[in-house]
Amino acid sequence: MHDRSAVAPRRLRRSGRPPGFLAIPGLVAAAVALLPIAYLAVRAFESGPGRVVEVIVRERTALLVGRSLALTFAVTAASILLGLLFAFLVVRSDLPGRTVIGVLAALPLAIPSYIAAFAWVSSPVDVSGFVGAFLVLTASCYPYVYLPVVAAMRGIDPATEEVARGLGRTPWQAFWSVTARQVRPAAAGGALLVALYTLSDFGAVSLLRYDVFTRVIHTSYRSSFDRTPAAILGLLLVLLTVTITVTESRMRASSEQVRVGGGVARRPSTIRLGRWAWLAGPLTTVILAVALVFPITSLLYWSATGLSSGVDVGRLVESAVTTAWFAVLGTLACVALAIPVGILAARYRSGLVRFLEHATFAGHALPGIVVALALVFFGIRFATPIYQETPLLVLAYAVLFLPAAVAAVRSSVAMSSPRVEEVARSLGKTRGQVLRQVTLPLAAPGIAAGAALVLLTVMKELPATLLLQPTGSTTLATSLWTETGVAAYAAAAPYGLALVVLAVVPTLILMRVQATR
Amino acid sequence: MTLRARSLAIAAVAALTLTACGGSDSTDGSADGGDGSAADGDVVTIYSGRNENLVGPLLEQLEEATGTPVEVRYGDSAELAAQLLEEGERTEADLFFSQDAGALGALANEGRLATLDESLTGAVIDGYADEEGHWVATSARARVIAYNPDLAPEVAEMTSIDEILDPQYRGQIGIAPTNASFQSFVTALRVDRGEDGARDWLTRLQENEPRIYERNGLILDAVDNGEVALGLINHYYWFEKADEVGLDSITAQIHFLNSDDPGALINVAGAGILEGSEQSEGAASIIEYMLSEEGQQYFTDETSEYPVVDGIELKEGLTPLAELQGSSVDLNQLDSLAETLALLEEVGLT
Repeated sequence: MHDRSAVAPRRLRRSGRPPGFLAIPGLVAAAVALLPIAYLAVRAFESGPGRVVEVIVRERTALLVGRSLALTFAVTAASILLGLLFAFLVVRSDLPGRTVIGVLAALPLAIPSYIAAFAWVSSPVDVSGFVGAFLVLTASCYPYVYLPVVAAMRGIDPATEEVARGLGRTPWQAFWSVTARQVRPAAAGGALLVALYTLSDFGAVSLLRYDVFTRVIHTSYRSSFDRTPAAILGLLLVLLTVTITVTESRMRASSEQVRVGGGVARRPSTIRLGRWAWLAGPLTTVILAVALVFPITSLLYWSATGLSSGVDVGRLVESAVTTAWFAVLGTLACVALAIPVGILAARYRSGLVRFLEHATFAGHALPGIVVALALVFFGIRFATPIYQETPLLVLAYAVLFLPAAVAAVRSSVAMSSPRVEEVARSLGKTRGQVLRQVTLPLAAPGIAAGAALVLLTVMKELPATLLLQPTGSTTLATSLWTETGVAAYAAAAPYGLALVVLAVVPTLILMRVQATR
Repeated sequence: MTLRARSLAIAAVAALTLTACGGSDSTDGSADGGDGSAADGDVVTIYSGRNENLVGPLLEQLEEATGTPVEVRYGDSAELAAQLLEEGERTEADLFFSQDAGALGALANEGRLATLDESLTGAVIDGYADEEGHWVATSARARVIAYNPDLAPEVAEMTSIDEILDPQYRGQIGIAPTNASFQSFVTALRVDRGEDGARDWLTRLQENEPRIYERNGLILDAVDNGEVALGLINHYYWFEKADEVGLDSITAQIHFLNSDDPGALINVAGAGILEGSEQSEGAASIIEYMLSEEGQQYFTDETSEYPVVDGIELKEGLTPLAELQGSSVDLNQLDSLAETLALLEEVGLT
């Protein structure tokens, strides 16, 4: 809506062939990410193509696809709004208490959507169906947009806005015409994750009784023991996912912006809210109350109720330690696989790169149980020594959450100009040195934000953990599942609380790293 | 408080040490403590679709009693069945302990379950083992009507599931149609009355505007606090709630229809040994223990289920299984869930 004065040259991505030291690890990452889809193809077509058609043309399939898409669209739109709003208030405004709000706003991510859903279901307020699913999923998903956008806003060189101010714009106008446009890739990447999470969610929608696509997949596994229809519907979900990621990357391609300078360690200026503060204060309070305070209060209430039955402290601590251990390993694996793909996606334009990028996202909307069964299928055949051992579980986490890390790497690398790298090259640095000394350090805050996202998400993963974890280990999520399985929500609540507490740590560190940069 | 803090610290250190030494191999009490492959000699690996809180203590108890070391992986029965099907002959599992007969039937149909010795299948009350001997029931549960005596005392006199279709219960019935227990009941209804009979019953139920819940426990809560007058659940949820809140604090009561009616379905949890297991003897000794007096006593005392063996002292409030007049539907016929789901979909109960 404002003029399109480019902050940097429009052509930011090279069309040449990507270097092997990025392309090969990128291919590995894509191969790993494609495992579930290969598995689905095997299972879907084993009963012949006739069956595939039969399942797809069922009347109900179309209805459920429609419902899934409607929910996905609504949740994604609302998450973008909330994510941008919070990021702006925290990074740029003079809203009182913004540092605290900055931390609190990221925390709903630590609350598994099924816990938030249970909080609503077990409350006197009757929230169910579309409205309930929309509320719960938006509340637990908007940090996917918020976190990368905060990182992007902090990474933006304030000089560009200052130029805009120098040209006579008000602080607001400068913000909208410069900064808001520069965070678009980060926001789009986050929005994609929200969309795919919403498509894949099962726990919240089933508790809130909103019938969507994933529920049919689960029902197919759970009650007919027939893996073929589930696999066919899973492939349909992959198709939807690819459609969404292609759309997102087209949108992103038209909005690329970079910072021209190097790493300027300067805080951007503050925009005064003025009378808007009267609106912003209560608004953030209400949103945080719904997304954070309400589910946590519910957890506390149930914990208190359950205290009479006694909490197994030893198991709680053991679960927490195991959770942290798995989460750290899963995050490391995920980020390691994501870095080559993310850099390629940000820097190169070729068929191979597009393929790698979409391949890492293609399976992201698949429910965890599908990914878990795929790894069971491949693991027991081709990786017997690590089957049901930690390495295979870590691999499963990497498959499940690779897109979050790829999106973070891509958007943070895209924020810095390739010209800086070219200068370093011209000064005699090798490509590897440029990567280590220029590209990655510049992108570090964004990658850290992505790592935190992955860490928080791995912690609450359940279906793959159940099928693939080493025999005898327990995580907070599996303990939570065990307790709720016997309808003892009160006894489960302490595990839920521990999960939230554990998730606070990376969030605080992350916020601190970003604030002091 | 100090003691609590100290024990917490000790637990933390212990857990950290465990993690540091054994990688993630922090085995719980029931496991053998080795790292699986090394002690594979005689360890029986159990895939348990039954909840750890329900059966964990029993498995520890039997490890001691039988001298057979066990390793247990817990999960959802159907998901574990899917996992076992994917694993095929390569599976490390020796024993599958399932929450319901359906998951066992699915494995048996794919030829993944070995035939059990007659000493096991013959130990239970007639009709509580697979006819082909692929699995045996270890405990049983009954479908009951939970009712609020203040709102619908007459439920105590009901003998047929048709009675809840009376218009006086409009909006007053709680069901959990996505729950496996409700779906088993509908399957029994189909087997008993045919597709048309079942469709007719479900349509009339739908016309009575039932309230939908996600699980049995929530239905019982709703009956208890008067949100609905009655609900269809499994019997043990009532005993669990009674244990949790105390007999004085529970308003809801349960009624077993006690007639040859699909509403009086008695379903089972059971166990089977994987085809090709190298530990089939150890696995058989585990099933044997589950069917022994100690094992059966455990189920009735701790999980409030019905023993499947005669002569066990029952939990207060339970009637001996042999005296219950339940639905005559054969449990082996309850494997047509796909058709059940299609029917539920057709009448709009999902």
